[in-house]
Amino acid sequence: MLAAAALLAGCATDPPVPPAPGAGSPVPTAGRPVTLTVGVYGTFGMKEAGLYDAYMRLHPDVAIRQTSLSRTDVYYPQLLTHLTAGAGLADVQAVEVGNIAEVVGTQAGRLADLAHAPGVRREDFLPWKWAQARTADGRVLGLGTDIGPLAVCYRKDLFAAAGLPTDREEVGRLWAGDWRKYLAAGRRFAARAPGGTAFTDSASGVMAAVVSGAPLRYYDAAGRLVVAANPAVRAAWDLGAAFARDGLTARLQQFTPDWDRGFAHGRFASVTCPAWMLGYIQDKAGPAGAGKWDVARAPRPGNWGGSFLVVPSAGPRVAEAAALAAWLTAPEQQAVLFERRGSFPSARAAFALPAVADARHPYFGDAPVGRIYSAAAREVPVAPVGPKDGLVNQILSDTGMLQVDQTGRAPESAWRAAMKAIDNALDR
Amino acid sequence: MTEETARRALVPVAAERVRPRGRPLRSRAAPYALVAPFFLLFAAFGLFPLAATAWLSFFRVDLTAPEARQWAGAHNYARLLGDEFFWNALSNTVLIGLLATVPQLLLALGVAHLLAARLRGRLFFRVAALAPYATSVAAATLVFALFYGRDQGMVNWALGVVGLSPVDWQNGPWASKFAVASIVLWRWTGYNALIYLAAMGTVPPELYEAAALDGAGRWRRFWHVTLPGLRPALAFTGAVSAIGAVQLFGEPLLFSSGAGASGGADHQYQTLGLYLYEQGWVNLHLGRAAALAWAMLLLLVAGFGLVRLVRGGRGRGAR
Repeated sequence: MLAAAALLAGCATDPPVPPAPGAGSPVPTAGRPVTLTVGVYGTFGMKEAGLYDAYMRLHPDVAIRQTSLSRTDVYYPQLLTHLTAGAGLADVQAVEVGNIAEVVGTQAGRLADLAHAPGVRREDFLPWKWAQARTADGRVLGLGTDIGPLAVCYRKDLFAAAGLPTDREEVGRLWAGDWRKYLAAGRRFAARAPGGTAFTDSASGVMAAVVSGAPLRYYDAAGRLVVAANPAVRAAWDLGAAFARDGLTARLQQFTPDWDRGFAHGRFASVTCPAWMLGYIQDKAGPAGAGKWDVARAPRPGNWGGSFLVVPSAGPRVAEAAALAAWLTAPEQQAVLFERRGSFPSARAAFALPAVADARHPYFGDAPVGRIYSAAAREVPVAPVGPKDGLVNQILSDTGMLQVDQTGRAPESAWRAAMKAIDNALDR
Repeated sequence: MTEETARRALVPVAAERVRPRGRPLRSRAAPYALVAPFFLLFAAFGLFPLAATAWLSFFRVDLTAPEARQWAGAHNYARLLGDEFFWNALSNTVLIGLLATVPQLLLALGVAHLLAARLRGRLFFRVAALAPYATSVAAATLVFALFYGRDQGMVNWALGVVGLSPVDWQNGPWASKFAVASIVLWRWTGYNALIYLAAMGTVPPELYEAAALDGAGRWRRFWHVTLPGLRPALAFTGAVSAIGAVQLFGEPLLFSSGAGASGGADHQYQTLGLYLYEQGWVNLHLGRAAALAWAMLLLLVAGFGLVRLVRGGRGRGAR
């Protein structure tokens, strides 16, 4: 398998060539050629990293086609409609972590059990990632692709101008262990900030990062919604609000064109960044930001985002699809996905592979991103995920904290508005 | 067989009359057969969804398991009354509708009046007036969203040039409604202007001559001759604009790439159409979305009923 990964790394962008002897099964099977479809959202990266090409080289009788929708909020309802109708589905479908509990809870009868798909080894995966897609009766409906361990990305030039340290070890020590130290660093930055710059991009980004490290978030282990009464959520809210009230944010909303331009124009000095955000920052900050960015450890470990692959059982090629999903999520392929696209492996067996362990990111000052993110991933507390995790998170950020940040609404009043919106959305 | 049916439909009525009454049923059925395709399509894609939505609106049902529905009676409708998000969306819809429709129709009238004059390059101006209508909602809205950007938008830049402070077009409760309405205004003014222009062409020129002979100026001729001649066109554009306003969806959905179906952080420009979408496809409550869809239809019907009642009453009073 390691040899296969090395082979793949060598020629993934080359045109398909006949497989070398010994790699996979060079003799086409007796069956007719099959076409497998993979449905994903956003720029998922598997195609871009050359994984499909590699699989087709190993299996000349398999062709892979990908369908992609750019937005999760369009992709997910469509996936549910297709699942409940039993039609229009791809052979393999991606599911975001905010939706995985709902998919496992309500679509179990329409998805194949992947626990025993060829090549799947439970001990390869992070235990909590494996558990998130497992039903009460022990079936595993999704295989983890990536996770989103947290770090803080920062601009060395802006930190230096404001009199903060710039070396990533020193920066990490500046706020090690406590998100309130990140706030203190922000206040220090603000006192001597270069004109037109803020310490961080958004209050919502800070809040999401703090919540992502809590051992209890929006649901408890029994599946009850506890968002309103959970002190950890409230603490994250108060910290995010403190950033907004102290004027330490650029008052931007993440993943909007304004945010993108904020990167390009260097309007903020730091952003809490899961591994998958590195490529995005590099894209948006562009050549103008080259040599200015670096990555330091986050105050506390946390996990923000990540995905799964599921196989609808209504499909005509369930066995072939399960084999593909298993191969795509195997440690070697996850390592390639990290190396090429920055999606951090959910397979802990991949952490030790050189493609991960020794990974450095040239755009971020050759930061040892493999080491930084593996360390964060190992310490992520295991928190229960609930069916509406994604929706609750979105409302807290985009209805609640966004108002505190952008319109100066009082945190208490914005909190009540968010709770009301959550109750309405969850039909409580 | 079908060829024969078609030929029979084309024969003049006189020829039909002299023909002996051989197969009366078939000749009477022919027109129905000819209009049937439309009604079949209408039944499949208009009537059936309407009825299915009505049926669904009496259940508690989620997109995650549409087959597991629970009878809820009128609960989905009753809860609308106490649903502040519904009332907020309704008031947004009315306000954005007024902000978009009233200036739009007035402006269209003015544009039509100008286009009716003999000017050079008339065809160019008429085509130009229709160009926004031919632009897709998505393309237009995305460009407008750029114009209305808070930090780097052109509108705020222009405000700065004339010494005014920048406006937060996304978050301002009135600014955002105005911004969304302006997209509608831009897209539909030309379309309405061309309808008015066509209607102006049907006003007999003698009326203008007679009015001129009576000493009426340009303004009075417009007021007393053109406007009464435009009444059917005004009613038509008013009705179409009202329907469009109630169904307003694409513009507020795409106005902010970060807000999605919520219509802004404080739902400040969430319309009824957007709230329906949010209930159905974000919150996944199909029953509530269906009830909302029917409530919107009933609101429109009630609105038009009210207009008819008021106009009917006035008409009788005048006579």
